[in-house]
Amino acid sequence: MSDAMAMSTANAAAGAQRSPILPLSVRDLVLRFGDAAVLDGVSFDLGTSGCTMIMGPNGSGKSLLLKLLHGLMQPTEGQILWGRHAAADVTARQALVFQKPVLLRRSVAANIDFVLQARGKDRARRDALLDHVGLAHKADQPARLLSGGEAQRLALARALATDPEVMFLDEPTASLDPASVLAIERIVSEARDRGVRILFVTHDMGQSRRMADDVVFLHRGRVAEHSPAAEFFPEPRCAAAREHLNGGIVV
Amino acid sequence: MGEAFALALGLVLSGDPDLAEIVLLSLRVSLTATILACLIGLPIGALVAIGRFRGRGTVLIVMNALMGLPPVVVGLLVYLHLSRSGPLGFLGLLYTPTAMIIAQTILIAPIVAALSRQVLEDLHSEYAEQFRSLCLTRWQTVQALLWDARYSLLTVGLAGFGRAVAEVGAVIIVGGNIDHLTRVMTTAIALETSKGDLALALALGIILLVIALGVNAAVQSVRMTAARQAYV
Ligand SMILES: Nc1ncnc2c1ncn2[C@@H]1O[C@H](COP(=O)(O)OP(=O)(O)O)[C@@H](O)[C@H]1O
Ligand SMILES: [Mg+2]
Repeated sequence: MSDAMAMSTANAAAGAQRSPILPLSVRDLVLRFGDAAVLDGVSFDLGTSGCTMIMGPNGSGKSLLLKLLHGLMQPTEGQILWGRHAAADVTARQALVFQKPVLLRRSVAANIDFVLQARGKDRARRDALLDHVGLAHKADQPARLLSGGEAQRLALARALATDPEVMFLDEPTASLDPASVLAIERIVSEARDRGVRILFVTHDMGQSRRMADDVVFLHRGRVAEHSPAAEFFPEPRCAAAREHLNGGIVV
Repeated sequence: MGEAFALALGLVLSGDPDLAEIVLLSLRVSLTATILACLIGLPIGALVAIGRFRGRGTVLIVMNALMGLPPVVVGLLVYLHLSRSGPLGFLGLLYTPTAMIIAQTILIAPIVAALSRQVLEDLHSEYAEQFRSLCLTRWQTVQALLWDARYSLLTVGLAGFGRAVAEVGAVIIVGGNIDHLTRVMTTAIALETSKGDLALALALGIILLVIALGVNAAVQSVRMTAARQAYV
């Protein structure tokens, strides 16, 4: 672990010479497919550190929002500014962990090796990364035979291998058992504490409570509410979030 | 018939030198053609699989159409190029194993290209978003796809080899079925059968069958091992 930490710190130092990609400013983001607007005027600002939970009913555009922010897609209208950069220019300084991890048809170790090599990182960090996510003992096993929780931990190790300044997580613990959920939350929290800016999509109120510094609640293509955790959980301002919090069905 | 079969088995088991020569030439020609076809077909397949360029649809149609090239037509075209009066006649390649390798390569390169394109495109649709998130270069993407599709591509190569080694129309035109020079299993079987020497024809037929089934079985077992590790 200490090796991996040392490298991240060294990288953060190198990153300091580059222009920062935080805070984030999102203005009037619109994403349309044909006539249907999935996102219809999304605006919010995020500070330089912490863990932002992005919530909202199914189909409210959470996954698409992450892809827009990560520069994998272009919005129909609106502006995303990471510091002074457009989203598409800073993809390499961010990492996205998908709900269903896409792992290479290779061993666990080779999945990490591949990314370290492709991104010009020190190959020697692999063991420390695997150790960090508790997969050192599985290094030589085929990655695609891992359990759901292990596969997601490998996806996290791979994301961390790129030394991201921002990490997106798209429902990474959906359909995992409680122990796996906690293991993944621990890894994400440690990354957050080391200064990685976290944007975390979840459906799980309990998880949101455990992880959130602030909450962005999407509803009907807009930000229905953006509040610090201390204000959101006792009493959300918007009705949709209140219903969601009470386990009601939000449409 | 039973007698011919017994004679054939005798030939195979005694390791008859003429027979061995024919079998080895067959393997050399078809394996070389398969390797060349892979060197040509895989990059083309990969390019079309991940590329988004104008005319891609046309390339796809042409690639798939070329898969069905009739061997005798390929043989004829290669013959016209390599014959004394042809544009490449000065190379003196007609009726040599090299001419046969050229014909078989032309015949199976489109098969390798079209089949690998399908394999790589399917895999790419699975990996593309993750790879874009990782900011991989195009070359890194191609390398990763080729490696991760390795077991499927082995089957693609096998399909090419199977077609090459069993093919008779092209090699008989450009090779000429010359004894000790360009006689391969399929052309020898055709000739010996027409001459009535069923023993040699049958012996070669048995070997061809064993090679075809054996290579298939070997590739299948490699694939099954890989599948158990979820590497396919
Ligand atoms: N390529 C697309 N074309 C049309 N509609 C799409 C496309 N991708 C996503 N959508 C729609 O956009 C909506 C939001 O999707 P998504 O961001 O995945 O929602 P969430 O992650 O919040 O559940 C969904 O209703 C989905 O059907
Ligand atoms: Mg989603």
